[in-house]
Amino acid sequence: MHTLDSIIVSAETDFLAANQVADLEQVKARYLGKAGLLTEQMKLLGRLPAEQRPAAGSLINQAKERITAALEARRTAIHHAELTQQLAAEAFDVSLPGRGMGKGGLHPVTQTLARIEALFRSLGFEVAEGPEIETDFYNFTALNIPANHPARAMHDTFYLDEKHVLRTHTSPVQIHYLQSHEPPLRIIAPGRVYRCDSDVTHTPMFHQVEGLWVDETVNFASLKGVLADFMQRFFERDDLKVRFRPSFFPFTEPSAEMDIACVMCEGKGCRVCSHTGWLEVLGCGMVHPNVLSSVHVDSERYLAFAFGMGVERLAMLRYGVDDLRAFFTNDLRFLRQFN
Amino acid sequence: MKFSELWLRQYVNPLLDTASLAHALTMAGLEVEAIEPVAGDFSGVVVGHVRTVMPHPDADRLRVCQVDVGAETWLQIVCGAANVCVDARVPCAVVGARLPGMEIKSAKLRGVASLGMLCSGTELGIAGVSDGLLILPADAPVGLSVREYLRLNDQSLTLKLTPNRSDCLSVQGIAREVAAITGAQLHTIPTAPVSVSGAPGFDMGDVEAVACPRYRVQRLDGLNPFATTPEWMRERLARSGIRSLGAIVDVTNYVLLEMGQPLHAFDADKIHGAIRVRWAQTQESIVLLNGQEVRLDADMLVIADETGAQAIAGIMGGAASAVSESTTSVLLESAYFDPDAVAGRARRLGLATDAAFRFERGVDFGATQQAADRAAELLLSICGGVAHPAIEVLHELPARTPIHLRVARVARILGVALDGADIQDYLQRLGCALKETETGFQVSVPSYRFDLAIEVDLIEELARLYGYDRIIPKVPHADLSMTADSEQLRSVEGLREILVARDYQEVITYSFVDQTWETELAPQNQAIALKNPIASQMSVMRSTLFGGVLDVLDSNLNRGQSRVRVMEVGRCYQATGDGVVENLRVGGLCYGSVAPEQWGLTARNVDFFDVKADLEALCWPEPLQVLAAQHPALHPGQSGQLVLNNQVIGWLGALHPELVRRRQWGSAPIVFEMNVEPLLLRQLPRYCAMSRFQAVRRDLAVIVGQAVSAQTILDHLRAANVPYVTEIALFDSYRGKHIDYDKKSLAFSVHMQDNHKTLTDGEVDAAVVQLTDLMQRQFGAQLRS
Repeated sequence: MHTLDSIIVSAETDFLAANQVADLEQVKARYLGKAGLLTEQMKLLGRLPAEQRPAAGSLINQAKERITAALEARRTAIHHAELTQQLAAEAFDVSLPGRGMGKGGLHPVTQTLARIEALFRSLGFEVAEGPEIETDFYNFTALNIPANHPARAMHDTFYLDEKHVLRTHTSPVQIHYLQSHEPPLRIIAPGRVYRCDSDVTHTPMFHQVEGLWVDETVNFASLKGVLADFMQRFFERDDLKVRFRPSFFPFTEPSAEMDIACVMCEGKGCRVCSHTGWLEVLGCGMVHPNVLSSVHVDSERYLAFAFGMGVERLAMLRYGVDDLRAFFTNDLRFLRQFN
Repeated sequence: MKFSELWLRQYVNPLLDTASLAHALTMAGLEVEAIEPVAGDFSGVVVGHVRTVMPHPDADRLRVCQVDVGAETWLQIVCGAANVCVDARVPCAVVGARLPGMEIKSAKLRGVASLGMLCSGTELGIAGVSDGLLILPADAPVGLSVREYLRLNDQSLTLKLTPNRSDCLSVQGIAREVAAITGAQLHTIPTAPVSVSGAPGFDMGDVEAVACPRYRVQRLDGLNPFATTPEWMRERLARSGIRSLGAIVDVTNYVLLEMGQPLHAFDADKIHGAIRVRWAQTQESIVLLNGQEVRLDADMLVIADETGAQAIAGIMGGAASAVSESTTSVLLESAYFDPDAVAGRARRLGLATDAAFRFERGVDFGATQQAADRAAELLLSICGGVAHPAIEVLHELPARTPIHLRVARVARILGVALDGADIQDYLQRLGCALKETETGFQVSVPSYRFDLAIEVDLIEELARLYGYDRIIPKVPHADLSMTADSEQLRSVEGLREILVARDYQEVITYSFVDQTWETELAPQNQAIALKNPIASQMSVMRSTLFGGVLDVLDSNLNRGQSRVRVMEVGRCYQATGDGVVENLRVGGLCYGSVAPEQWGLTARNVDFFDVKADLEALCWPEPLQVLAAQHPALHPGQSGQLVLNNQVIGWLGALHPELVRRRQWGSAPIVFEMNVEPLLLRQLPRYCAMSRFQAVRRDLAVIVGQAVSAQTILDHLRAANVPYVTEIALFDSYRGKHIDYDKKSLAFSVHMQDNHKTLTDGEVDAAVVQLTDLMQRQFGAQLRS
């Protein structure tokens, strides 16, 4: 049976020599095709005596199986080689940047406002709005600041005509809201406010968030509790020290200024806190009975506290911005730092 | 309010150092804004007596002095000051002395030994003195420490007082407050009427009763016009930031600072006839002390004689009757003007005076006479002379109605329970008189407290004295209910996020803009002007967001940016017939390359349709339509009105080439703005079943006139409600080869489906025919083969 063995060896050698599927199929025909060498061998079986045929046939079948296996192995190898080549050819530099449009960003004041809103919403405060062009009544009179009150001089008001001003604070929203809602209630009112003042530390427009809580049980201690909680959450410092100092606003009594320990120097004293270790961040107080009665809220039954904070100031402290005016210069190099 | 700490400590001297005292004041609501030492930090400087002055052998400008500092031998000191002279008493820094920035050692100056230094005020850090050696009075004790002699261990404190605390606009008032806060003993200044003789020496006419409930004038004669203000008084004035202006004015200023009562001295020889306190007459004017002539309004109170107004009451005196270097007789006025009769007038006249500042806030009407007595006593002791009997007109003074304070109310408002004894103690320290009642106290407040009128005013005082910091913060309790956020409303934050995700940088620009810019960009709008703008480029309220974002473009191009995509969400303002409308808008612009510079994308400039896609995304899923329309600021062929749900909500377009040229920008920015409110509405989704039958798509390509808008055709096709048609979309628009120059080709995809059966070819064809017929009829469209 040397012939069969040599056929197998020859087939295996020929298969290995084929490097493409088409070549391999041609080589296959030479052994397994209709006129192939193994087929020839099968044809020769008939010439053998009957008793030798089964053994010889079995040997031929074995040879056929070996050749078929070799063929299959070579097919797989060729496919694999081709795939490897394809993959290598198709490979690219995945480190190249993604394609398409860029990404913008929100203004830092918007981000700060969103954070303030989210914190107060988590306590159930609703967000309210009011006009920026206000009447003298809402901006001053209803807030217990009558005409000629010295507190009006503190406000550097922009006037539009005899009766209209650009609101100097967000406090008038308290009045609008109380005129149309029944207590108990709690709101914050974010928005633009205007003062006729422009220098290194003042811009003629800035943002405030006003807060108001009217209920039967709120008091000065709860005012302190809510605001201390807010500042600690806002700056994400549970140990942030705060203090309240007596102050004066015509629409609150008692009134207070809230200071926080300087977040720049940890209260040691630096340029930002004028070496006092404290930063004034917020004005607040219990709403004056005159204000409540101007909107027909029973000040014997209900108490209210209110507060107002400057958004740019908080943004400056939070992000380490040292120039207030940068917020309104809209230099893209500045704005992109907050994306 | 600026004052000397030593002066304050003369009236009240708590066991607190300067810093602790300042802290106590700040925490009681009298914020200490500044603490400034009155002199530099120096030691070893004593009063020296210059005995001899000889020229320096080798230097023209130096002198060699022998100085007596109270030691056995005189010190030889070389001095360069021009004003050194024999017999002068001057500050002498001896060897070992420390001055700001230097230490005194024995030295040789151009070969001559020098054992110290004669000092100028500047070298000692004393503010407000001239150059040259500080010449001390001739009786200054030789050898005494200059710090001690000039009382330089002192600070000027500046309080940032809130407008309610007019009672603290004097050293005595602050002393009263310090005594209340600290419990330290208060020493008040005893005043007594000066002895008088003869007749009053002037006539008093009518005094306005409500505006001036108390008016007192006293004549002083025989004053020495050459008298000088004593050193101690000049020093206290200087440390309070007041310049010395001659003895008479200095005394009135001094009493103002000491007691808080503004006084005015008229030159008696320049007052003619009776003094009256009356409202200004029409067309009346006055030349003031500062030389300014002002026209008076009818609501301004004046002090007048028979020749006219001599002072604006409580604000400033007139030039005609002002005291001068030759004044020997004065009429000294001490009055209580009602705050309502003064408030606001000074500001209206562009004036800011110490008197007006106090009268507007409230001056103690209980101390009118004491202040006058104090001033008269000081004037007579400094200038000599005699006093005449005063004339005082007294009308009805403001009532200090007793306030009822409920103990329970204190606890309810503060959240801390104070007991009756503490309440009594705190209020008595403030000068209140208390009477116990069933539920609390009946409290009478002193005349100088204009801020205590109702119960809660007293509660604030209690909180102050108890200490705001001692009130323990509590988290409040409230009934919980969820906030009512509708699912059919989108948030403004959400709109911002959509634009941010599409590469827009948010900006915030001023609500007031340049008048000319506003007129150029929105001539159709009625802009609202500010009466007192801070600058001309911020003089009108914006009626469009265009101005702001275009300014942002300009400034960023100037800073070297080449691609700008910005947006703003903010209000615009317009006058309407009966008021003002504030509209929240979102606006923005795109300029430069459509995408950031990158590999793999061909660079091209952003165009109208890039931005339109952004706005469609903003409105999604509601379809945004753009109708060709002309806007004065936009390119007439590349602009349109934005329409959402049949409502015009804004504008989109390329900036007008004329405006682009004027600003010298390389290409036209694409700008847009739209009202926010319509964008916030969102339909609540409603499910409908999906068809199980096959969908069919047919494409229709037609040729129409170039002027026909694709949107119009789409609108008509959709409105026809052809059976089975579920969706029609435009997928191609083509002009050019094979198409006549005045035509264009549009290709629509038509999707058809039925919920109950598979569509037959006949049904599909019928629908297509209906649509093509419609286009042919309405728009003259020809089906493309």
